[in-house]
Amino acid sequence: MLEFLANLIPTFIWDIWNSLPPLVQYLTIVTWKILFVTIGVILIVAFSTYFERKVIGSMQARIGPNRVGPLGLGQPFADVIKLLIKEVVVPSQSNKFLFVIAPLLTLIPALAAWAVIPLNDWYVIADINAGLLYVLALTSVGVYGVILAGWATNSKYAFLGAMRSAAQIVSYEIAMGFALVGILMAAGSLNIGDIVRAQAGGLSNWFLFPLLPLFLVYWISGVAETNRAPFDVAEGESEIVAGYHVEYSGVAFAIFFLAEYANMVLISTLTAIFFLGGWASPFEGLAFLSSLASIPVVGLLVVGGLHWLFIKMAFFMYTFFWLRATFPRYRYDQIMRLGWKVFIPVTIIWIVVEGVMAWFEVGPWAGLTG
Amino acid sequence: MLFHAILFYFFSVILIGAACGVIFSKNPVHAIMFLVLAFFQSAMLWLLVEAEFLAIVLVLVYVGAVMVLFLFVVMMLDINVEAIQRSLTRFAPFAIAVALLMAIELVQLIWLRSRTDAGPGVFESYPEGYSNTKALGSVLYTEHVYAFEIAAVVLLLAIVAAISLTMRKRPGLKVQNIGQQVAVRAKDRLRVVKMESEKKQ
Repeated sequence: MLEFLANLIPTFIWDIWNSLPPLVQYLTIVTWKILFVTIGVILIVAFSTYFERKVIGSMQARIGPNRVGPLGLGQPFADVIKLLIKEVVVPSQSNKFLFVIAPLLTLIPALAAWAVIPLNDWYVIADINAGLLYVLALTSVGVYGVILAGWATNSKYAFLGAMRSAAQIVSYEIAMGFALVGILMAAGSLNIGDIVRAQAGGLSNWFLFPLLPLFLVYWISGVAETNRAPFDVAEGESEIVAGYHVEYSGVAFAIFFLAEYANMVLISTLTAIFFLGGWASPFEGLAFLSSLASIPVVGLLVVGGLHWLFIKMAFFMYTFFWLRATFPRYRYDQIMRLGWKVFIPVTIIWIVVEGVMAWFEVGPWAGLTG
Repeated sequence: MLFHAILFYFFSVILIGAACGVIFSKNPVHAIMFLVLAFFQSAMLWLLVEAEFLAIVLVLVYVGAVMVLFLFVVMMLDINVEAIQRSLTRFAPFAIAVALLMAIELVQLIWLRSRTDAGPGVFESYPEGYSNTKALGSVLYTEHVYAFEIAAVVLLLAIVAAISLTMRKRPGLKVQNIGQQVAVRAKDRLRVVKMESEKKQ
């Protein structure tokens, strides 16, 4: 495939390319890789707003957006243009600098985390050994934007939202971190590419089954970490108007919105990578299917690749919307109880179980001690 | 190496600037944000010497958890700037003494190192495939396992102590019984009454 594409490019372009210094070549490739991932994420964010409104619309027996473009597909762009031409109002008693920088502080970690996420076997911007820790570090940095937005706005509603969000994210991060400890015990690596490779070989090798409690904890903590319903106490329209972004308008609000959805896409992708085998196909290792691999469309389903990661990610995005349409908002003390008294003990117990199983080489953990 | 040196001085200058910002900014929220910046810059310095594990853990633990809690507390304080300025002058002699002591220690350490070492150590990059996460783990859990476990116990003790110090039994405290709440069924709360529909007069 790649050789075919390479042959399409005229030779004189290759000559120019080869004459460039290695540093320039390297920087060009990395820049294109970054651009591709960033634009991809932003496009997914744009269409997931449409997807959300359609999904929730059909769950509530409504039609959803259907006016702009065919099937309403132009709706995200209409929304973006509307937000871009609106005025950004900065409250006069706010801390101007922090007020403006807060949305950026939520967006930057949400996009920067994609640096270590492998989209398929070879496409990863930075293949670093501590990738898992990097992702964990960046997802925990995102809370600064929310807290600072709440504080800098100088409004009671925003401040309440910020405090709720800070307490919630800090509590759920611990459960999330412990769930990831289970992953790295099973995979034996902090490199995200190696974690996916450890799950290669079909559905039965996915970490979903041996680590089912950790999967549930990680996914629900992920929903809590992104402040989505039913954990959306930080926004809580019916209690504190819109929480930390109550005074934000126009582009500043759009950036918060983008960051929230980028975080959702990130958490969905990470759950797919850690528990559902990332880019790997669930039909790997089935002998009778391997003959299908050469057929154009069906073959794609048999071999792993970006499309499988996308399908798994889309499934979790759908689950986000499904949860939002189904559950009422959690009460604040219930959120804290779930995080501290249910999730953290579950993860710790499962890590111990995993350790014992690995020690006695039982089931899927056989051979992990080596 | 020149590129490394440029990066090193770039990060160091920002680090020192951020550290000064922590001390000199009057608004405590600004001070905390400067401290976060300082942590990030020191993580960058660690990345320059290829200690990626330590660098990321620094960001994860200090920026991601400790400073968030700091910010959480500081935001809720009602800050009186004048009182801070008064206390600044009151504690100045003590602070200067501590600063001097630390400066002397630092200079002494550098002086001692420069005498014993052959020269300024040249940093050599590690071979391909070297993982300092693995290197750290292999000594942390073997050679230094006792120190590691003692540190863990001390931390646990600190957690228990902090909770027991702040927990106080207040009379008349209203607490929800979660078990009871979960066990509630619709028929405990709701009574469906059958009645005749009213006639329109």
